[in-house]
Amino acid sequence: MLDTLRTLFLTALHAFHRRATVRYPEQKPYLPPRYRGRIILSRDPDGAERCVACSLCAVACPVDCISLQKTEADGRWYPEYFRINFSRCIFCGLCEEACPTYAIQLTPDFEMGEYARSSLVYEKEDLLISGTGKYPDYSFYAVAGIPVPGKARGMAERERPPVDLHSLLP
Amino acid sequence: MTYPVILTIVLMPVVLLGLATVLTWVERRLLGLWQDRHGPDRVGPGGMLQAVADGTKILFKQDWVPPFADRGVFVAAPAIGMMAVLLSFAVIPVTAHAGIAGDMNVGLLFILGMMGVGVYAVVLAGWSSNSKYALLGGMRAAAQMISYEVFMGLSLLGVVMMTGSFSLRDIVAAQAGLWFIVPQCLGFGVFMLAGIAETHRLPFDLPEGENELGAGFHTEYSGMKFGMFFIAEYAGIVLVSCLVTTLYLGGWRGPWLPAGVWFALKTCGVVVFFILLRASLPRPRYDQLMALGWKVLLPLSLFNVMATGTILMLRASL
Amino acid sequence: MHALALLAAGITVMGAIMVITRRVAVHAVLYLVVTLLALSVVLVMLGASFAAMLEVIIYAGAIMVLFIFVIMMLNLGQPDSQREKEWLRPRAWLGPGVLAAIVCMELLYCASPLSGPARLPVPITAHDVGLSLFGRYVLMVELVSFLLLAGLVTAFHIGRHREGGH
Repeated sequence: MLDTLRTLFLTALHAFHRRATVRYPEQKPYLPPRYRGRIILSRDPDGAERCVACSLCAVACPVDCISLQKTEADGRWYPEYFRINFSRCIFCGLCEEACPTYAIQLTPDFEMGEYARSSLVYEKEDLLISGTGKYPDYSFYAVAGIPVPGKARGMAERERPPVDLHSLLP
Repeated sequence: MTYPVILTIVLMPVVLLGLATVLTWVERRLLGLWQDRHGPDRVGPGGMLQAVADGTKILFKQDWVPPFADRGVFVAAPAIGMMAVLLSFAVIPVTAHAGIAGDMNVGLLFILGMMGVGVYAVVLAGWSSNSKYALLGGMRAAAQMISYEVFMGLSLLGVVMMTGSFSLRDIVAAQAGLWFIVPQCLGFGVFMLAGIAETHRLPFDLPEGENELGAGFHTEYSGMKFGMFFIAEYAGIVLVSCLVTTLYLGGWRGPWLPAGVWFALKTCGVVVFFILLRASLPRPRYDQLMALGWKVLLPLSLFNVMATGTILMLRASL
Repeated sequence: MHALALLAAGITVMGAIMVITRRVAVHAVLYLVVTLLALSVVLVMLGASFAAMLEVIIYAGAIMVLFIFVIMMLNLGQPDSQREKEWLRPRAWLGPGVLAAIVCMELLYCASPLSGPARLPVPITAHDVGLSLFGRYVLMVELVSFLLLAGLVTAFHIGRHREGGH
């Protein structure tokens, strides 16, 4: 009985507490940078696409919402198309963890409601952003040992020049 | 039948239905306040027109009768509930002169009778829906409401004994010196609990029990038929609050302000208290509810009747 | 006033006939409720408003709800309404119907000398009811309370949990 009255009193006191919720469309709540929202594809610092179409994200995706096709140009790999079905995506972030090139990233944006389900299928041009996302200095081809135009074999960071096998002869 | 009485008869349902509709918004705002939320505050100033928006929406919803339901009874059930609640207001004395039939010599019994008829709305809705959740809700409602009607009637007996009349206006008149909440504090407590159970409001909303029964007796209802149950429930809250005000809080009595204002203020206070109960207390289990009724409230109300009778007899013999 | 009482009485009779002829048990009980409510209106017209309210509270509000409760628990379905249909053949209701009609006519014949100019009835208050219950009829009240006590004890005995199975 007394417990019940105490409960009533404490609940009534909550009238003078600060509201825990915010008035959303006018007042946006703070979302941390690592919030898992809308997925984007980022670019290198020099403006090239980071994605190398390795399909690891599509493999890691638990709901199979990513589909892509590899193509090559000048020794670099690109996705020919890169499609994310956001009506399936559960924003788990496993694709981001699986990505070896920091290309696929989740952003703190969640306002992507649509009236038609088909509008939630994002193509590569919808996903690609012009910036580097969360890793501003990282460039996969600058550290990878693959020769690309403008960077011959052995010119990557922390990579020694290639060994001339003929010089090893006795 | 004088002209003001007919006017009151026409106006009262309009005012009551409006009040019950606005109460849905008031309740949601207050719940928000006590749960550190904002509540509906978008439509109109402070969200006041939310009730209008909800009403418009529910009027335009499809009014669907399930093919497996017993059609006639299914349609009649919400009407019975609404009718019983609205009829009860006929005997509420708002002031010494306002009100429809505040002088009715069996006014209190009339309200108890109408509450008894109101049980049919819930039970028949549960039966005619022909679905298991609705049926379970209806059975719970039948047992709960019949049981708590007993304690409600017994808790009122103390007031009736002190007044010597069933007329609600006489009861208010008898509270000229001291409000009955002081000498009848036991009866007041029992009446409050029984009133909550009788209107199947939270925390005693076991007939609905949305986490275990879907929505209980109105699971199959849609559109304005559901709306009628909804409005009848809120009108029921207003009714019980009016009764508490009349029986225990001195009705329209109070200094400085006009009588009608005092009545409205006290009623609003009780309504807010009911909403506070909803905001803070969890729902008991069904057997706990029944045990509370028969093992605690029944002895308490019987003791109250005996004590009141004894004291009145002793005072009369002195 | 007179017309209102006649209307209520008519509703009572109609409701009673409907109670007998309905095939779905809940519908029959609902007509019984209508009958009881109309009967309480008749009682109010006769000046016994206290008795009328008790009729609404106890019969219409409690006992009939218990009837419906039991019917819901038993969950009568299609076969029962078939059986009810069989019971409603003329062969079954003709005999009782004729007997009831004779009783009704006798009642009307006996009551006809009582009819006269309508006069306002004397209201019977709760005070009068209490005085007659605990004055003239105190023996009956005591006997009824014996009966209720017996019923209570029986209900307790049947509803008691038995230790160690059935």
